[in-house]
Amino acid sequence: MHIIKPADYARMLERLAPAPALAAPSRRGFLKAAAAISGALVIGVRLGPSEAFAAAPTDGPMPNAFVKIAPDSTVTVLIKHLDMGQGVTTGLATIVAEEMDADWSQMRAAFAPADAQLYNNLLFGPVQGTGGSTSVANSWDQLRKAGGAARQMLVAAAAEKWKVPADSITIEKGTLKSGSHTASFGELAADAARQPIPAEVKLKDPKDFKLIGTRLPRLDSADKTDGKAVYALDIRRPGMLTAVIKRPERFGATVKSFDAAAAKQVPGVVDVVAVPAGVAVLAQNTWAALQGREALTTVEWDESNAENRGTAELLDEYKKLADTAGRNAAKRGDAAKGIAGAAKTIETEFAFPYLAHAPMEPLNCVIEKTGDGVTIHTGSQFQTIEQAVTAGIMGIKPEQVKIETLWAGGSFGRRANTAADYVAEAATILKAIDGRAPVHLVWTREDDIKGGYYRPMFYHKVRAGVTADGKIAGWEQRIVGQSFMIGTPFEAFAVKEGVDATSVEGASDTHYDIGNLMVELHSPQVKVPTLWWRSVGHTHTAHVVEVTIDELARAAGRDPVEFRLELLKDKPRHTGVLKLLAEKANWGTKPGAGKGRGIALHESFNTVVGSVIDISVVNGQIKVDKVVCAVDCGIAVNPDVIAAQIEGGVGFGLGAALHDEITLDNGVVEQANFDTYIPLRMSEMPKVEVHIVPSANAPTGIGEPGVPGVAPALSNAIFDATGQRLRSLPFRLEDFKA
Amino acid sequence: MKFTLNGSERTVEADGNMPLLWALRDVVGLTGTKFGCGAALCGACTVHVDGAPVRSCQTALSDVEGKSVITIEGVGGEVGTAVVAAWRKLDVVQCGYCQSGQIMSAVGLLSENRKPTDEDIDTAMDGNVCRCATYQRIRAAIHEAASNLA
Ligand code: FES
Ligand code: FES
Repeated sequence: MHIIKPADYARMLERLAPAPALAAPSRRGFLKAAAAISGALVIGVRLGPSEAFAAAPTDGPMPNAFVKIAPDSTVTVLIKHLDMGQGVTTGLATIVAEEMDADWSQMRAAFAPADAQLYNNLLFGPVQGTGGSTSVANSWDQLRKAGGAARQMLVAAAAEKWKVPADSITIEKGTLKSGSHTASFGELAADAARQPIPAEVKLKDPKDFKLIGTRLPRLDSADKTDGKAVYALDIRRPGMLTAVIKRPERFGATVKSFDAAAAKQVPGVVDVVAVPAGVAVLAQNTWAALQGREALTTVEWDESNAENRGTAELLDEYKKLADTAGRNAAKRGDAAKGIAGAAKTIETEFAFPYLAHAPMEPLNCVIEKTGDGVTIHTGSQFQTIEQAVTAGIMGIKPEQVKIETLWAGGSFGRRANTAADYVAEAATILKAIDGRAPVHLVWTREDDIKGGYYRPMFYHKVRAGVTADGKIAGWEQRIVGQSFMIGTPFEAFAVKEGVDATSVEGASDTHYDIGNLMVELHSPQVKVPTLWWRSVGHTHTAHVVEVTIDELARAAGRDPVEFRLELLKDKPRHTGVLKLLAEKANWGTKPGAGKGRGIALHESFNTVVGSVIDISVVNGQIKVDKVVCAVDCGIAVNPDVIAAQIEGGVGFGLGAALHDEITLDNGVVEQANFDTYIPLRMSEMPKVEVHIVPSANAPTGIGEPGVPGVAPALSNAIFDATGQRLRSLPFRLEDFKA
Repeated sequence: MKFTLNGSERTVEADGNMPLLWALRDVVGLTGTKFGCGAALCGACTVHVDGAPVRSCQTALSDVEGKSVITIEGVGGEVGTAVVAAWRKLDVVQCGYCQSGQIMSAVGLLSENRKPTDEDIDTAMDGNVCRCATYQRIRAAIHEAASNLA
């Protein structure tokens, strides 16, 4: 991820507030935020008003925005990030527990309120949000210091009470001891809160970690196995109306006219209102709302601004663009000359479809008038953006928008929407009914599959060659696909000289030592809304790079692992992963007749993942038997959660490799539900093995990096088994003849 | 409409055509049963009617009149307890949203078949989508629960 520069930071702030302006960062505000970033978070917290702080005196106090200690000694860690399944509540609580020497059983987690000053993502600048696999990485120092400060204040309180030197006090599993004195956190919490905030927080030496690096049980397992976990879809407010929106068939179309009469006849339907997204039907329950929408057959749409192109036309256009020079994303040496002098060359093309995220919980949120503003209940991934957008719609200030962040039933990037799309829709409905009842906007699965914000369609064209002695002679890659950063608050730091880093990451910054490299980008405009999708640009760049490397290794007559090792000489993390992977996946052995083995290695979100896939060909059908992954993600905070993220990433990546595809016909999406947008199912899930490279470095991302290597490793395995090369996604295995 | 819900008699005032899913969630207020597709394609809404797993999004409220409905909130008994314990022991969940349905299907499977093979699991569980792809752990948890039931 990109660290924000101060100038970019200011530009982002400007872009964040469509109307009314989000207060520009005053010098003082900036210093507070800067202090928080540099680690003096307790001070920033004391100055900044927040719920956590306001609640502290009555609530078992610790003067700290991230840690609260209750009289019963439970320690609640305020989680500034969304947990959409990645286990971040468990991971962040572990970091605090470690520095406090708490017992795992006393740890709790609660989602923090929306507050960009206290709870911004330190890698996103002035924005509270979750994404880019940054939750643990950006919280690591912050929460270690929060936990360490809390520990020091407890110790100081005990020293005062027991009249013993602070350094005589030890803490083990949440119990403070000195000589014959013992006390729990709860007994000392009130005194500790009165202690001065430590100017310097002493952190543990990682070799003394007791909890980090061990398999601690997830904090959310119990509530997610008995129906108690509350998602936005489960929110019930007095008088709440459920709303569904009748949407246009084509992106960019708007409502011209409609007749609400038939919908209003449906028992339970309360109102029918036009909003920018379409026509909203409000009802007393979901079933009535859905039937009301069914009855709305008379909506006329203005399609004068709508997207009419289909997938085939777009692909044609993209192919033509790929024949012309694009914007320069990377240039070293002379790629054309290198390729001209190569002993063997390849010329390949790769097409990637639009992809829906299809989180298991269909998109929804509740919005209601409260006090002098509104409250939104949602699995919020971009609190600051949602506050700014909602404030603009309602004509109030962002700080008058409260957000109750809830468990999210998956996201895969969909909820981190730079337009805050479904929250904005809910706000427009609330406004259209003058705020007279809480509104629960619910998307159906069809709304979700057809609703846009897809991973963009991409097309890559590659020319590359190897020299007679097996070195890469040159590499040219043209990438064509929409940018979803241009025109958003994030443009300032993602787009440089017209090149959107999220379109080329993983290719332009390839970890391989390629002397003659050229990567160019075209970002065509299409009215299909697009967005990041678990692992963002790496979803396509890693596939192209890792298949191409495999093709070049074979052209050079080299073993794919050795070929890679040679191109990674000064990259110890990559070679460490590759070597562990080769050992664990028995790379040296042959998989046997009718079987194939393929490898891929990729770095994303500062994490290196290697994947080896074993397949069999049974009656002309490809079966994925086993996936072995090796991972370097820095210090493994919770190895079991890391394994789960890689297992899930493999399944997610495999779904994209085998099935996922959104196509358009004359601008109309052809898929609708899980019968046409096919999810990976139990019977297709291979055995996944995860091996973690030991590391003493700070933790890096884990939610996304498991995904990129899956499709290329599979392509490489299929080639190994059959000699047939599948490049474009999804692979058409049904057409496959062994 | 009268039926037994998690062991207690209930009368639910709603249109008999309303899918059981929405009756449970919006009328009764039991939200553990989830909406994922509304079309019998994902299994998130799985409940038991007279002991057999059904998709509540495709079951009309009138169809359960006089029958016994068990939702995730009412999971218990030997098999249910073993399944939930195995899910927790192996930390199966990620986002958790599909897991009510997964657990209801797994309880259904193990109630019929105490020693399911991997193929039995594929057959019984293929209708339950998990977008977080927790399938490997679901499979392991079913085997774990089976071993504890033996
Ligand atoms: S919601 Fe019933 S099967 Fe998906
Ligand atoms: S745990 Fe997220 S969909 Fe299954």
